[in-house]
Amino acid sequence: MITFTLNGKPTKVEAEPEMPLLWVIRDLLNMTGTKYGCGLGVCGACTVHMDGQPIRACATPVSVIAGKSVTTIEGLSKDASHPVQQAWAEHNVPQCGYCQSGQMMSAAALLASNNDPSDSDIDNYMQGNLCRCGTYPRIKAAIKTAAKFVEVK
Amino acid sequence: MFIEQLQHHDSVMHNISRRGFLKTLGIAGSGLVLGVTLPSFSPAYAAESGNGEMNLFVSIDESGEVNIICHRSEMGQGIRTSLPQVLADELQADWERVNVVQGLANASYGSQNTDGSRSVRHFYQTMREMGASARTMLEQAAAEKWGVPVEEVKAIDHKVVHQSGKSLGFGELAAAASKLTPPDVASLVFKNKQDFKYIGKGLTIVDMHDIQTGKTQFGQDVHMEGMLYASIVRAPVVGANVLSFDKDAALKTPGVADVVAMPERSFPVGFNSLPGVAVLASNTWSAQQAAKKLSIEWTQHENQSHDSGAFLATLQERVKSKGKVQRSVGDAYAELDKAENTVQASYSVPYLAHATMEPPAATAVFKDGQMEIWACTQTPQSTQNTVAQVLGLEPSQVKVNVTLLGGGFGRKSKPDFSVEAAILAKHSGKPVKVVWSRENDIQHGYYHAISAQHYQAGLNDKGQVSSWIQRSAFPSIGWTFSGNTNEPQSWELSLGFGDVPFQLPHLSCESHEATAHARIGWIRSVCNIQHAFALGSFVDEVAVAADKSTPQMWLELIGEDANIDPGQQGFEFSNYGETLERFPLDTKRLKHCLNEVIAKSGADKPTAANEAWGVSVHRSFVSYVAVAAKVKVDNNKVTVLEMHSAIDAGTVVNPDRVKSQQEGSMIFGLSIALLGEISFKEGKVQQSNYHDYQVLRMNQCPEIYTHIIDSDAVPGGVGEPGTPPVAAAVANAIYHASGKRIRDLPVKNHMQV
Ligand code: FES
Ligand code: FES
Repeated sequence: MITFTLNGKPTKVEAEPEMPLLWVIRDLLNMTGTKYGCGLGVCGACTVHMDGQPIRACATPVSVIAGKSVTTIEGLSKDASHPVQQAWAEHNVPQCGYCQSGQMMSAAALLASNNDPSDSDIDNYMQGNLCRCGTYPRIKAAIKTAAKFVEVK
Repeated sequence: MFIEQLQHHDSVMHNISRRGFLKTLGIAGSGLVLGVTLPSFSPAYAAESGNGEMNLFVSIDESGEVNIICHRSEMGQGIRTSLPQVLADELQADWERVNVVQGLANASYGSQNTDGSRSVRHFYQTMREMGASARTMLEQAAAEKWGVPVEEVKAIDHKVVHQSGKSLGFGELAAAASKLTPPDVASLVFKNKQDFKYIGKGLTIVDMHDIQTGKTQFGQDVHMEGMLYASIVRAPVVGANVLSFDKDAALKTPGVADVVAMPERSFPVGFNSLPGVAVLASNTWSAQQAAKKLSIEWTQHENQSHDSGAFLATLQERVKSKGKVQRSVGDAYAELDKAENTVQASYSVPYLAHATMEPPAATAVFKDGQMEIWACTQTPQSTQNTVAQVLGLEPSQVKVNVTLLGGGFGRKSKPDFSVEAAILAKHSGKPVKVVWSRENDIQHGYYHAISAQHYQAGLNDKGQVSSWIQRSAFPSIGWTFSGNTNEPQSWELSLGFGDVPFQLPHLSCESHEATAHARIGWIRSVCNIQHAFALGSFVDEVAVAADKSTPQMWLELIGEDANIDPGQQGFEFSNYGETLERFPLDTKRLKHCLNEVIAKSGADKPTAANEAWGVSVHRSFVSYVAVAAKVKVDNNKVTVLEMHSAIDAGTVVNPDRVKSQQEGSMIFGLSIALLGEISFKEGKVQQSNYHDYQVLRMNQCPEIYTHIIDSDAVPGGVGEPGTPPVAAAVANAIYHASGKRIRDLPVKNHMQV
């Protein structure tokens, strides 16, 4: 039995320790906002936050998160109010939407650590998140918009 | 597929308010409901059959909520927004009160195949008719209630207003309108362009909130009580079957419920499931872990000798000699002999995979003789029909629910993954979700065919082209469905080859045989990929030889303003299933795009050292796109700095979605140009995931600018036409920046990207 906090709620789950967090969230807890894209840590679709840091849930054994706090897209804000979510709508970023949970989770983590990112900061930070639909130009623009509204910690 | 054609005129409106099928869609049944029958299909929409059959429709209930059916699949192109927004505009509805309901698989919709860039092209008019019909009925209902002539009332903003100022909401009129006979389509009055409120506006996509909050349901996200998750190991060589496997090791893995051999298969492969072994487990992870323990032995098949490198070399040799003539005028060979100067070059594009971010996934339940499927499919009807056929059911016993698609690009037009889910659901008696891993997706695709092209041109002493010969060879998609097609089909050559838009006195377009050794499928813009790359590159090479600018060479080759009919030169031109009367091959529009992209990008202006522009232009899916790309080359490293496109797609419904489709399709084209390559050794795909089948990442993505050409012409395709011209534009830019000519894609095999 592994105990952790998921989107602010104490959560217990029965899983083999090496099962990746991704499948625990998706299949055992039935929360499907976090997506599978590669299972190798190379596409970013499964990005979630662990104690505020972005991690790839597909490459994180569930044992690692014992006692930690995990945030998924479903918990990023109440009702899409995070500056990143707002900016995503303002720029009409998504196409198919599949990669976007991971994109927003990475972008939120970027802005939490750097609230005035340059183009190359964004490129460096976001290059681990693939989008096959090609929404990169809008993601970049939306991150810049969101940056104006992120509180400095 | 692409060739099928749908007539989209003479639709007939039906008031179906009192029919019983609405509950199948979860829509309250009172109020006005309007359906349409498309003339090429049975007008018996058979509401009473209890089958849940329905046509495209709109309903307005007594609270004023408007439900609009979207019968096409959403895969990022924004169709769940664009089609309803057309209807809502004609209806004079308030967009805030419009719900979009996803249509089930149903033949009475006509084709639901969401590919070929044609959803708006085919249904723009129908949506307008339906909106205008409902509006007219609401106006008539109001006039009757008030006892005034209908000329005195007008629908506006979700209500009908009388000239005296009194008004009734759509909801208050819905019941009365439901008792009226729909107007004759020919009598409908449509809104003027300047009165459009939603058409031509960049409305936010209807799924935005769900995407923002992670609530979307894709094929991979379907969940059901008691569901089993399936992971399948499929034959690595197309044609091989399972010889033996170790069931016990897999069964011992915790969470595993069953291990099932998938049915054996032979050719044609079609849309059928592949042979292999499936593991059913209580979660995806357990199924995938157990699948690694199967130790499967496969039967031998001659395809295991397929080596894509050696195969390409054969094709490249073959296209150097004369092939089967597909289109010809004059005597290109005699003219070539007389030419002052000749240019020739060969080009190639490797196999490509779709690599949609969401790998294919389907869930099926078989209960009481009924199969129900939830899948991220572009083709619900072929899913329904193929599943029925493979499992020996009637199509009416198969219900297909379309989830959102995490990208499609043609992969999800093939229902093989739904067939797998159906087979396993029937076998196990439980709901089964077949989850394709990324490795499955990369190694068991329907690949874009490997190809070789050869071009030759003769120039006179003024540097004018006097003779033009072009040849193409690639395995045909036809093989996938016949098992024996061994040469390009005319509908494939209609994609940017036989329709080369040149008015030359001496021209020969030829094709060569090529055998298939893998499942060949269509991928975003299909054969336009290789044809536009070769053509756009060769025009640039000829321009260099003639010491002219590339745009100048294009304009000379294209010639006068004219509508070209390649059929007059013997070519069987399919024109994307459209007539040339409705969608001509119009050289004026082509040239205009080219001029426009140069004017807007400044591609004719000088650049810094090591930097240069490249341009290309291409008509596909009856739209016209020109691309200008600027690159920098430093120490053999290529950086693409900016890409511009000018698109003429006729009337544009949602400019923001057209713009986003241009961005997406150009980035897709850039992935192909720089990175895309699937290779085969011993009949097996060598790549397995995004680390070795790379797609463009943000740090490689240039600035992208889209220039939409204002047009009142009939809507053309959007979604694919942005892809074809990119590779040539980029390769040409690389040449002009560095002197290095890339003739064999991808660029990464020659330079750092
Ligand atoms: S699914 Fe985790 S990085 Fe791709
Ligand atoms: S929006 Fe489709 S993969 Fe990013």
